[in-house]
Amino acid sequence: MKVVVDMNKCQDHGQCVFASPDVFSLDADGRLLYVPDPDDALRDEVEEAADVCPLQAIRIED
Amino acid sequence: MTASESTGRVLVVGASMAGLRAAEQLRAAGWTGAITLVGDEPHMPYNRPPLSKEVLAGKAPFASLAFRPRPAVADAAWLLGRRAVTARLPERTVVLDDGTSLSYDGLVVATGMRPRRLTCPGPLPGRHTVRTLDDAQGLREALTRPGARVVVVGAGFIGCEVAATAVALGVREVTVVDPLPLPMTGPLGPLLGRALLRRHEARGVRFALGTGVAGFTGDDRVTGVELSDGRVLAADVVVESVGSVANTEWLDGNGLDLTDGVRTDALLRAGGRPEAVAVGDVARFPNARYDGVPRRVEHWSIPGDTAKQAARTLVAHLHGTGEEPAPFAPLPTFWSDQHDFRLQSFGAPSYGADDVRVLDGTTDGDGDLVVGYHRDGLLVGVVALGGPGAASAAARHRPALLARPAVTA
Repeated sequence: MKVVVDMNKCQDHGQCVFASPDVFSLDADGRLLYVPDPDDALRDEVEEAADVCPLQAIRIED
Repeated sequence: MTASESTGRVLVVGASMAGLRAAEQLRAAGWTGAITLVGDEPHMPYNRPPLSKEVLAGKAPFASLAFRPRPAVADAAWLLGRRAVTARLPERTVVLDDGTSLSYDGLVVATGMRPRRLTCPGPLPGRHTVRTLDDAQGLREALTRPGARVVVVGAGFIGCEVAATAVALGVREVTVVDPLPLPMTGPLGPLLGRALLRRHEARGVRFALGTGVAGFTGDDRVTGVELSDGRVLAADVVVESVGSVANTEWLDGNGLDLTDGVRTDALLRAGGRPEAVAVGDVARFPNARYDGVPRRVEHWSIPGDTAKQAARTLVAHLHGTGEEPAPFAPLPTFWSDQHDFRLQSFGAPSYGADDVRVLDGTTDGDGDLVVGYHRDGLLVGVVALGGPGAASAAARHRPALLARPAVTA
């Protein structure tokens, strides 16, 4: 599974961090960090993270 | 056929975010049968928060608003530009405005809300609402006419967002009218209301608070707004943001409780019917995180949360596998971008409005401010107001909100 976040869209709402803390996090300045190639076992929570992104900036590519 | 395969049809009435999420969650819950969605707008489901902001500002083409449906719903049938007019739940049929009668095995009610309109006297042309993409594009045209004077009726979230966007578009007169003494005070209380009033005024928005609208002046088009206190505000463009009405008329006559939306049980079933569920802001459901009293929640996160629960309920019934015992207890969240600041909320602030305290920051100046809402000594809602860091400031309190034990419904 490949995860792509459009960082031009991302406004650091942090909703994805709560949906999928294994893949998404905020750094000390509140900016988004993420794992671009997470294990497929995390697919459910990554899909959840993509759903809850207010900017719809998260894309899952297989 | 194996136990995991499904036959028959689930009909989703309403093709906005809640309808789409319901379809996706039906697949996630194991439904492999047909899914049909009916929507009264011509558009595929799109994200509404940008309507009062980026779309109004001319910064968001439709492609950037449209949701990307999960591949699992690629085979769903979409009947767009059509509206449900009647339902006969005992016979499991829904009739559309073009006369089509659709039968179903499972029904998802996702018809949402429409803006409430003012009924006071005066002409209609020049008066706008913001609910759909077409509404927002029409309002943008009106706001960008040179010399436009704008009156926004209603100082809630939509009203304040529209006012902020209008100022950014260079509209020279933007006035927000509301019978309450402070903006957004209904859901957020006076502490944040005062801070928001000050920040809006500092950025050029005017307010006429503590007064209602008595009527509109003008013959063919609006030329002004008559206030209850006797003043008249000149206006070419009026935006009515005075609440919303549930789209439930098509369900009349089925014995459902349709007082303010569709009342559901804790599993989101309508009227005790196991084959009919409601999702999104039209659903009036109990939230076991708070008190089990059925309420509608017009927050962005609710379509997704209700879709997940409702899909599990419906698929369990259709597959005959029984219901989940866990009570539905979503943590609502919303945000609102206005001017250069953001409001970010977790939980149910209005539920704890009697006990409001500053958690971080101060109410003076333009810095980050985090406010906590408590009930019976427990934190039930957190709202942050500030710059881009507001979201993570509010999020720091999220574990405390989630720690609150859910009550049994």
